[in-house]
Amino acid sequence: MEVLLSLGVGAVAACGIYLVLRERTFSVVLGLALLSYATNLFLFSVGRVTVGAPPIANPDAGAVAYADPLPQALVLTAIVIGFAMTAFVVVLALVARQRLGSDEVDAMPPRKEPPG
Amino acid sequence: MALALIVLLPLSLFWLPLVGRRFGRHGAAATAGAITLAALAALGVAARAGLTGPVQIVRLDWMPRLGLSLSLRLDGLSFLFCALVLGIGALVVLYARYYLAEDDRRDRFFAFLLLFMGAMLGLVTAENLLALVVLWELTSVSSFLLVAFKHRQPEARRGARRALSVTGLGGLALLGGVLLLGQIVGDYTLTTVLASRDVIVAHPRYPYALALVLLGVFTKSAQVPFHFWLPGAMAAPTPASAYLHSATMVKAGIFLLVRLWPALSGTDLWLWSVGGLGLTTMVFGAVVALFQHDVKGLLAYSTISHLGLIATLFGLNTEMAVVAGLFHIINHACFKASLFMAAGVIDHGTGTRDMRRLGGLARSMRSTAILTTVAAAAMAGLPPLNGFLSKEMFFKEAVEVGASAAQPWLVPAVATLGGAFSVAYSIRLVWDVFYRPATGALDHDALHLPPVGMQAPIALLVAVCIAVGVAPGLVVEPLLLDVARSVLRAQTPEVHLNLWHGFNLPLLMSGIAVAGGVLLARSRHGLSEVGRGLPDLPAGADAFNATLGAMFRFARWFSVTLNRHELVGYVVPVVLSVLVVGTLPFYASSWSGLSGPLPVSPAPAALIAFVALLGLGAVATLRFHRRRILALITLSLSGLGSTLVFVELSAPDLALTQLSVEVATTVLMLLALNFLPAESPREVTLPRVVRDASLALLFGLAMAGGMYAVLTRPFTTIADFYVATSKSHGGGTNIVNVILVDYRGFDTMGEVTVLGVAALAVAAMLHDTRIPRPRASGEGRAWSPDRHPFLLRIMSRPLLPLLLLVAMYILLRGHNLPGGGFIAGLVVGVALILQFLAGGLDFAASRLRFSFVAAIAIGLLVALLTGLAAILFRTPFLTSTFGHVHLGPLEFELASAMAFDLGVFITVVAVLLTILTRLGRVGVEPTERSDA
Repeated sequence: MEVLLSLGVGAVAACGIYLVLRERTFSVVLGLALLSYATNLFLFSVGRVTVGAPPIANPDAGAVAYADPLPQALVLTAIVIGFAMTAFVVVLALVARQRLGSDEVDAMPPRKEPPG
Repeated sequence: MALALIVLLPLSLFWLPLVGRRFGRHGAAATAGAITLAALAALGVAARAGLTGPVQIVRLDWMPRLGLSLSLRLDGLSFLFCALVLGIGALVVLYARYYLAEDDRRDRFFAFLLLFMGAMLGLVTAENLLALVVLWELTSVSSFLLVAFKHRQPEARRGARRALSVTGLGGLALLGGVLLLGQIVGDYTLTTVLASRDVIVAHPRYPYALALVLLGVFTKSAQVPFHFWLPGAMAAPTPASAYLHSATMVKAGIFLLVRLWPALSGTDLWLWSVGGLGLTTMVFGAVVALFQHDVKGLLAYSTISHLGLIATLFGLNTEMAVVAGLFHIINHACFKASLFMAAGVIDHGTGTRDMRRLGGLARSMRSTAILTTVAAAAMAGLPPLNGFLSKEMFFKEAVEVGASAAQPWLVPAVATLGGAFSVAYSIRLVWDVFYRPATGALDHDALHLPPVGMQAPIALLVAVCIAVGVAPGLVVEPLLLDVARSVLRAQTPEVHLNLWHGFNLPLLMSGIAVAGGVLLARSRHGLSEVGRGLPDLPAGADAFNATLGAMFRFARWFSVTLNRHELVGYVVPVVLSVLVVGTLPFYASSWSGLSGPLPVSPAPAALIAFVALLGLGAVATLRFHRRRILALITLSLSGLGSTLVFVELSAPDLALTQLSVEVATTVLMLLALNFLPAESPREVTLPRVVRDASLALLFGLAMAGGMYAVLTRPFTTIADFYVATSKSHGGGTNIVNVILVDYRGFDTMGEVTVLGVAALAVAAMLHDTRIPRPRASGEGRAWSPDRHPFLLRIMSRPLLPLLLLVAMYILLRGHNLPGGGFIAGLVVGVALILQFLAGGLDFAASRLRFSFVAAIAIGLLVALLTGLAAILFRTPFLTSTFGHVHLGPLEFELASAMAFDLGVFITVVAVLLTILTRLGRVGVEPTERSDA
């Protein structure tokens, strides 16, 4: 299970990095989304992985092993913030394309022609 | 209490003129004047107890552990400076009311003036040295605002910047000096420091502390070679110049010199640095002043010269010289303020301050001519005026102290030379402007005669000059003695101020100075060749400009080198440094290999499938990233895989969140794809693919390896506490939710704020962005004519209440079972967005008539107020409470954290709606603008 998860996360991260290094804004957005999947899963796994023990306290059950709730809480907000970040980058890409006439990440504003 | 009011009135109400402006033409000036007079009254009340008894101290602790308190003291010295700052301040307010034009934003000027006044008052009454430094810096900053008041003029900006850089740098040095002093003495309170002279002077670090303090003093009071900022600061409106450069800003340096005189003076080092530099400055300023053509330029260099004179007196290490210095502070403030105001009257009346164009104004501006002549005579040190008295005392001290030097004639000779130039430039000022024949460059019939409001302050100050000169024993002696006692204590000498001292050496020196001054003034045209090069002589300005230029060049080089306008140029270094820094610890000797001691557990079949979905989705996204719709679908597959992994690995909350975020992200991307090209061209070179692929592969391997290494090692968690207390302390069984809204509520508060900020940024970016909608889809297919399909429209309506019901259920149960504000917010957001998609923006917007942006604020407020409510119960911010509520047959548990969760919920809904509806509104019909 540990090998499988690690390889899966590694693969997603590698795809993400490759896409972030592309020339076009949409590819970079895709890459960032993949990177946040990988990062969230990585952070989540640092609390160790458990099957079938969700962190819902049952006071009557006495000492029971639960999945670590702390990374879960951290990752939960990270997912939501990740959405906000994606939205920000997407809109940035849109506005940049509108203003610069190109969707290349390194596009520069067109030089103003000297008057006369 | 009155003592605190002196400082607090102007400092806390400085913004009031901005409001006062609304009450008529005099509003701003009247407010500023009222505050100044109120502070003056407070000074009167505070001083009623007398200045000779024990020093009055008001103590307000600020950071007691750092030895920092806002204590204020009122002794003779602070009383003198408070009186100067407030008295001349009141006159300047009156004068400025008539000087500044209607459209000059007078309100802003008065606000800056009050801020500066408050800073000055705090500075001169500070009892704690650190507080003194803070207020010292505040005077620099607020005078910057005053000098740069006419900020549309480049020379005003340049002058202000230079003044701020030089005095700010000096302030930094002063801070260092004060810290050293505090270390030497072990206390930052002035009372202790002033009483510890012997300890300070004997300490090996005394020279450093003295050098740093003096650096602050010399920069602030424009001593050579730091004088060069002062003429540039003449770009300020004249009332500000009259205020800053007669009684306040430049005198702050002098004030500190006197303030620390009991603690630092009396050594040879002090004599040579303060006395030597002061004498140089005095002569230099006087010589340069003679050759200025601008009236204010002449007054600026004259100010430098007089500051040098005062510094010299404090440098001489004798008690009598200190008395003379204090006396000259008063005198200089009076005549210099009136002269600056007169310069403003001339400028105001003729439209120029150039003495080469002025002339013959005595007839048309009679009263101004008389007043200026008297004030200039005081500046030149002629009897029977106040300047004469203090100058005679200066000459006397110069003779006495000089007598002990190797060349007993040197100091008196230099002093007389400075005096002669002082007479010369005073004559030039008055002669060139008023008495010589008109130059013809001015239209004497078109003069603006000054209103009474501008004349009265000048007349009052000149009257003081005369009164002090004629009857010093009556007018000024008691005050001067009080002030001197607060500095010199038991060593205060007997002082009798008299106009006539009999025939003696100082009188002879005065005579020589006057005769020499007349000669110099007559022959100055012959000397002007010499004079032209003089202002540039000390290289202070050059060194300053060179340093500044070098710093700008370095900054430009640095940013050009780093900023290559390439995203890759940022990403690659970041990835590489993560790889290097992140793997560094593994090379350490204790590293025991990738696998840890824990056994590897078998993977359930479901997990294998889910991880495969996650990974294959990512790989497919990589494969199809040029075909954007396809890439979006594969990305969602990967996201779905991630969701399912969360389900399998006991994280139901995360799964719910991820799922709803996936839906929102897909809608977002689809909206955006509308305006982006459908496919990316292939434009990569093989070397670049190899570089990127190897970098990506390395990163993936590092992440996988690191994760595997972590997972196979034992660990301890701090979560046991949360698990054990979630129900008993937080009132909920869903531990993740309790952590979010209770244990780490402050963190969550920050996170939702970030969400709100991101949504606002999106709204701002899209505010005036309008993009023509493409005529066809990316693949070239025409759009469906039915923009809101009937089936979707019909199906979505009954879905809404159902979804809302589900969301409420998720919100309410969130504290105990998977759910909560984040997830419920996402569900509601998605449900509402569905209505927008099905019915169109206008259809939905007409039914959701509230501002989404305002809703973000409301959500944040709900969360914040829930947190603040805890403070009402005297518990820390965001402390939660819970209890059982009985409602008829129902009994349920309510936690205050659920109100917090409600705030989160509202914010998330509003953020989602803001982002997606703003994005939806970007498109305009292509007919309005042709496609580019």
